[in-house]
Order: sequence, then structure tokens, then C-alpha cells
Amino acid sequence: MIYLDNSATTKPYPEVIDSFSQVAQQFYGNPSSIHSFGLRSERLLNQARKQAAHLIDVDESEIVFTSGGTEGNNMAIKGIAFAHQNRGKHIITSQIEHPSVLETCRSLEEQGFRVTYLPVNNNGVISPIDLEKAITEETILVSIMHVNNELGTIQPIQEVGQIVSKYPKVFFHVDHVQGFGKISLDFYDCLIDLVTISGHKIHGLRGTGILFVKKGTKISPLFHGGEQENKFRAGTENLASIVSMVKAVRLILEQQQIKSDQLRALSNKLKKSLKTINGIMINTPEKHADHIVNISIPGYKPEVIIHALAEKDIFISTKSACSSKQPDESAILVACGFDKEIRNSGLRISLSYENTIEEIEQFCTELQDVLLQLSGIMR
Amino acid sequence: MNYDQILLRYGEIGLKGKNRKIFTNRLHENVVQKLRKYPDIKVKTTRDRIYIFLNGHDPEPIMQECTEIFGIQSLSLAIQVDNDPESIKEAALFALKDADDAKTFKISTKRINKEFPIGSQEFNHVLGGHLLSNTEGYTVDVHNPDIEIHVDIRQQETYLTSKRIWAAGGLPVGSAGKTLLLLSGGIDSPVAGFMTMKRGVQLEAIHFHSPPYTSERAKQKVIDLAERLTNYGSKIKIHVVPFTKLQQKIHREIPNGYSMTVMRRMMMRISEQVAKQNGILSLTTGESLGQVASQTMESMNAINAVTSYPILRPLIAMDKDEIIEISQKVNLYDISIRPYEDCCTIFVPKSPKTKPKADKVAYYESQVDFAADLQEAIDGIEVIEVDPSSRKDEFEDLL
Repeated sequence: MIYLDNSATTKPYPEVIDSFSQVAQQFYGNPSSIHSFGLRSERLLNQARKQAAHLIDVDESEIVFTSGGTEGNNMAIKGIAFAHQNRGKHIITSQIEHPSVLETCRSLEEQGFRVTYLPVNNNGVISPIDLEKAITEETILVSIMHVNNELGTIQPIQEVGQIVSKYPKVFFHVDHVQGFGKISLDFYDCLIDLVTISGHKIHGLRGTGILFVKKGTKISPLFHGGEQENKFRAGTENLASIVSMVKAVRLILEQQQIKSDQLRALSNKLKKSLKTINGIMINTPEKHADHIVNISIPGYKPEVIIHALAEKDIFISTKSACSSKQPDESAILVACGFDKEIRNSGLRISLSYENTIEEIEQFCTELQDVLLQLSGIMR
Repeated sequence: MNYDQILLRYGEIGLKGKNRKIFTNRLHENVVQKLRKYPDIKVKTTRDRIYIFLNGHDPEPIMQECTEIFGIQSLSLAIQVDNDPESIKEAALFALKDADDAKTFKISTKRINKEFPIGSQEFNHVLGGHLLSNTEGYTVDVHNPDIEIHVDIRQQETYLTSKRIWAAGGLPVGSAGKTLLLLSGGIDSPVAGFMTMKRGVQLEAIHFHSPPYTSERAKQKVIDLAERLTNYGSKIKIHVVPFTKLQQKIHREIPNGYSMTVMRRMMMRISEQVAKQNGILSLTTGESLGQVASQTMESMNAINAVTSYPILRPLIAMDKDEIIEISQKVNLYDISIRPYEDCCTIFVPKSPKTKPKADKVAYYESQVDFAADLQEAIDGIEVIEVDPSSRKDEFEDLL
């Protein structure tokens, strides 16, 4: 099998599953139970939080364990919106955010909030000038993703942070789900207040994530009913998942240290090979996160290509898994101003540190094959 | 060119005469111990300062750790160069450019090596001129500079430093012997431990544990407090005394108003024994005069009467808010306020005597035979060694 859909989800590391299994079996005491068996779980939870904080270089009190990217984004955006709506009801985000940001913003619009969706240029990058123009007296939150999930575009987070910091009433949230473990981001340097990280994009398990909430940032919780997670998130802590995810965080950051160059080489090789295949357009801009390459093959239905590759045990995707049930064009490619032909035929190849050069070569050969077979029928 | 060492300046040690070496040796050991996790550094201790050679390590976290070592007054990043005007000029230029946001500067040369051919004043001008002619936008300000570059020309070599960071002061832990701290888990006793450490005292702690009236979490709290305290010194041994039986007996046999006083006296007796067995010469408590019933003059007199050991009370004249301020500053407070009961808050009578009479206490105690229970408590002591450098990987496989 050649798995090239790592931005949809990743294969959990075996060590992660080991941790999960051990903790689930041995540490099933509730960390909030007052007995010593509960205390044992609490100590493990504290140690996990300490290690997570150490790894991403923030304070322990700034780590909130969540169920993943969607919850993190919801918690950050609604949390700020509801806690600070008396100061203003305006939110700024971009047109190319993940559905868990866009749909959350739309739901807030129904509740009387005003949302500005910043446009992007052809490369999928927002303009800091547009952002500055959009900020008003009413603005309470700017939410911009770090790495785009379909295109691999990197947003100028540091610059955005500089701008937002000029307005002390405005909070800054970054959806770092696709960037974490691939492109480093210094939360403090970039003056960010909230950062979403997801576990299953870094070879952790589903249902795990971290929301970084900078010290002193007030958000209203999504869940009520307990004092867990510093009162930000009620509910019995999912200890086995949390511990296994913190292990994934450690492992992915180690991989990032030693394998970034290798991933870049894979990505370059992939783009080079794709360029030699007739009819393939590379949508990902020149400067991008190495693990995501977006292409279009005008004239071919992307679903058909995906299924044909799947028959050969090769897996890639169209757009984000969270929007792939909607028909046709990619909203992100639309926002970037691509032609209809291209935005209707987008395909995403997403790599991990686990992929090899041989896999890339084989993928390109098979893709060429598939196109050849299909060309008689579809064109 | 880069800052390649950290210079640590002594505080009070600098005032020591003949036995200075005892203090500097101890400090050297403490610094080495604390910085063990940075394998490539080298620590060199001289009569009047310590140099840490970074050998490629990032200076920031190391400097942070050094601010928590007692015996160090202040520290600075330093560049070492030869006693040669050209090398010094180059280093000064680096120091100026390296200081972000500095627009004005001042040079202060100290020439210990009088063989260096240029006088201090003159060399200030030479260096200043060199910096001005090789940079743009900087001016000299001798009264209120953004950055002051210190040039220290010593016998063999020259050190350049700029920013000075203040550290914890005090005396090196271990240079003033050992004390046994009565550590309850509240706000005061850990601060008392911190204060004695500041004067060079090494800590062991004693904690009275009364299960099932007090929980494992109360014990954990004490371990966590001790662990925070180890940041300022070496590992800490905690003697955990099983106190339930004695406490129950006191509660049963001693008149209500006097039970608290008797309990405290039992604690003192046990503590003295533990100190004796471990070669420790004093006890330390977090008592502050008048704070609670056990801390009135009369209570202290009655409680103190059972031991001939000196009891150190570093907080005796401090207000609660002053104690809390220190507790917060040294990161003990968030642990201290965890809401678990300790042995001092259970079995508390509604109105303990604030002015217990020593003879009455002695009379009540004489009516009950506590000897066997005391011995049992001492025999049952569990010793927990808190050493963050060896303990922390308990969950390593899982994480």
C-alpha cells in the first residue's frame, strides 16, 4: 500500500498504540477521584501536561487537552466570541479556512456576529493590508490558519501577529493542525493567543488534540459540568488518549528534527515527476509546506482517478476530508481564483515522514498508467 | 564571534576571609550539580567569580537556572578575549550590535593588569571611538546608557560583559549545615524552608501523615512542594511519619482545649529524634507570631519546652501577605493552596487554648502513656527522597 493521504489522517505510530493500551488497562482510575488509584492517574495526567508544555515550549497552564482540531477551533472561536461579545461582535478570518473554522463563524453570524472573510491571492495567501483594513472597533478575534489543508500554502502568521498585537482588544487564533510537526511556529514570538493542534494528523489517535490558550486569555467553555482542564473543558479526562498523543507529539517533533530535509526532497521529487506527466497542473504555489502538493488534471473527474488509484492500493484525496462530501469544486481553489476546469479537478497528495522515494516513484508511474487507461474513455 | 561564557558573581561570599574556599567549593559543587543536564559546559571557579564555558549550549536556560542558585548575586553573559586592544575592540563591537534596541552606550574599563599599555580612561575613549566610527545611529551616554559594556582586563585575559541579571543572593546551600523542616503542605512551612536554604542551610523535611484522615494527595502535595524547593538546592529527604494512632489517642485522652498543644509537642519530640538520628542540628518551622492558636507566645513556650534543639523560625516576624508574596515569587503558592487536609487541620477543637499553661499540659500528658506510640511512629517512618534529576522519568515508557 502507498498511503499519500496524510493530511486527512495518519497511521498511528505503534508506540502510540502501546501507550494507549497500557494506560487504558492500568490507569483507568478517574484523575479526579480522591482515592490513591485516582491520584495515580492524576499524576500521569500532570506529567503528560508537563511534557506537552515542554515539547511545544509553553507553560503547563496553557495546555488544554481537547478531542481534536474541530473541537479546538470551535472552542477557540466560540470561546472568545461568547466571553468577549460585550466588547464587540466582529470576527475576521479567511476564505480558505478549514470547515471547522468557517462553519463555526457562519453559526456565529446567525447569532448576530459579523464576520469578515479575507480574500487570498492566487497563491492562496492573505494580504496583511486587507487584514489591517478589516479591523474595527468591534473586532474581537482574528483566526487565520498556518498551513492550508488543501494547497499547503503557508500564511504570514508572524506578520499577522504583529498587526493584531497593535489592537489589544483583539485575540489571535491560529489553526495549526496541518502545520504542527512540519513547519515550526513560535507561539510567543508570533504573539498568538490560541493555537489548535490535532493528534491524528501527527500519527496520534483520533479524538485527541491540544488547544494552546495563552495565560490570561479568557474563553467561555463549550462543555459545562466539571472543573477539568483548568475549567476550560468539563468531562472526565481521556487519559489513555492524552498520554498517547503526547507521545505522538514527542515522536513527530523528533522526526521533524531529523527528517525535514528528506521530506523536502520527497516533495521536490514528486513535483518534478508530476510536471513530466502530460496534462497535470500543479496548484500548490512555489513556496509551500512540503507535505502537501495539490494538482489538477483538467478533463478528468478527480473521484475516478482516486478510485482507479485505490484499485492499485494507492491512496490520495480530492479536497479536505471534511468538505469532500459536498459535490464538485473546491472552495479553496475557488478562493485562489483558479479556472473552473482546474478547481473542479483538484487532487491532493499529502506526505508524511514515513513515505519513501520509491513510493513516490511508483505513485507517479501508476498515475501515468491510470491516465493512459482513462484517456480513451473520458476525453 | 559570540558570547561563549556566563560569569557568576558572588554575593556575601565575597566578604568571607580565610574560609572563603569552603563557600566557593560548595557553590561550585551546587552549580555543577544543577547544570548536570548540559553535558558540554565547563565550570571554572576562582577566588572571586565562577565562569561557565558554554561550549555551544544555548545560554538562556542555563542563565535562568543560575538565578535560582543561592550564593550568586548576579550574572552576565561574557566574551573572553586576549589582552590585546584589537581583539577587545572587535568584541566590544559585537557586544554593542548584539544588544537589541540599544541606541546609547557607555564603556567601563577596569584594568586589573597594570601592564596593559593603555589606561582605563583612555581605553574607554579608544573603544568608544572605535564603536562610533564602525556603526551608525549610536551615541555615547555616560549617565543613562541603554547598554553599558564592561571591559574587565585581568592578568591573563579580558572579559567583556553587558547586561547584568540579578540572582537569588544568599549563601550556597550546604555551607551552613542541615535543618529538619516541619513541612505541612500549607503556605508557611515551604516558605520557611526556602528562607533557611537562602542562608546556606540544606533541608531534610518531616511530614506527619494521618491516613485515612489525610489523603495520598496531601502527601503528594508535600512531595511536590519539596520538589519545587530542590530547584534552589540539592535533593531533599522527606521523613513521613505515620501519625494516625497518636493523633487518635490525643483526641481521645487529652481535654479538648489542650489537644492541639499536646499534638504539637508530640511532633517536636518525634522531630528531635529524627534530627538526632540523622545528624541534624536544628528544627525549622513556618511559625509566625500570633498567626494561629499554636503560634502565640504561650503556645510556643509550652511546645518548645519538650526539645532542647534550636528551632529556627524564619517567618516569625512576617505578615501573612509578605509570606504569600514570597510563596508566589518562588512558585510554591499554586501547590500550597491545593485543598487537601493535613494533620494540623483534622481533629481541631472548636476553641483551642491560645494561652496554654505549660504545667497543665505536662500534667495532662503525664496521665497517658504515649511512649510506645511515639516509638511506633518513629519506627514506621517512610523516607522519600525527592531528587528531580532521578525521579522524573517514572512514566517515561508511556510518554
